[in-house]
Amino acid sequence: MWLGVIVACVGCYALKYAGMSVPQRVLDSPAVRQLSLLLPVGLLAALAAAQTLADGERLMFDARIVGVLVAIIAIRLKCPFIVVVALAAASAAVARLLGMP
Amino acid sequence: MSPASELSVDDEAGRRRVVRNALAMGLATGAYGLTFGALGVASGLSLAQTCILSLAMFTGGSQFAFVGVIGGGGTPLAAAATALLLGARNTVYGLSVGPLLRVRGWRKAGAAQLVIDESTAMSIGETRKPLARVAFWATGLSIFAFWNLATLIGAVAAGALPDPKALGLDAVAPAAFIFLFAPRLTSRTAWLTAGVGAVVALALVPLLPSGLPVIAAAVAVAVLAIATSRRATGPDHSAGSGDAS
Repeated sequence: MWLGVIVACVGCYALKYAGMSVPQRVLDSPAVRQLSLLLPVGLLAALAAAQTLADGERLMFDARIVGVLVAIIAIRLKCPFIVVVALAAASAAVARLLGMP
Repeated sequence: MSPASELSVDDEAGRRRVVRNALAMGLATGAYGLTFGALGVASGLSLAQTCILSLAMFTGGSQFAFVGVIGGGGTPLAAAATALLLGARNTVYGLSVGPLLRVRGWRKAGAAQLVIDESTAMSIGETRKPLARVAFWATGLSIFAFWNLATLIGAVAAGALPDPKALGLDAVAPAAFIFLFAPRLTSRTAWLTAGVGAVVALALVPLLPSGLPVIAAAVAVAVLAIATSRRATGPDHSAGSGDAS
């Protein structure tokens, strides 16, 4: 068991370190600069979608949707970050109390 | 009011805001460490092994996958392989965080350990570089502290804890991510990018192990970015030649 734990820990760290070690000149081309503008938007949207509607290896519709919809309304009303995440958690919790999975 | 003092007051207020957000993020996502600690011990790992996974692996998805495979009767090496597959997205994150931080030596070694979903998201959500750096370090350290503390508590007190889902904490991260990219939706290309990212990730959820759909979405966005940069820079790289490849 320890072998598995150590291999996984060292490997995961190496994967993190490798990404930070790509040389700057590779990152300077116009295509890569366009990428650095668009990748954050695409990546955050992908993460947000997956963490709202997916659970492991399947799509799942549960109380998170309520939390995220409330958050979107709060964002449109220009609420600060803390208020947005607090409203998201509170509304998802209330939706669960009312019987959503 | 001189422009210089205005700027530094802005910076100070910005820093305070970023640190406050990082602490909120650390508390909310760190609370999942309770679940991880309890699950780790329940799946048959020792207290030390469970805590080492949080300290040394420190990438939630990979950790849950590791104990999931062990709990399901898989071998330790199969568990490690699954964890590595999920950890691969941190390599993609390093591409945006690395040039931003520009760190060397032991600082780089430390920063690498803090490259996870949330620290990357919070830093790329800040458009100004100094604040983006503060966001990375503050979020990474805050989550590292809360995550490891919670893992220990969860592993010791397994079974006697409230479910983070009952508190709605599973809605916090996606809400935070939307908060971070919403201000960047200022052009049709940006909306298109967000749409492609979300749709590709969701479409692949049933087909790929968890974590990989997000990587695939990043690849799709990269292709889109390269295609639009070619269209913008020259007629010799028109849409026609792009289609052929």
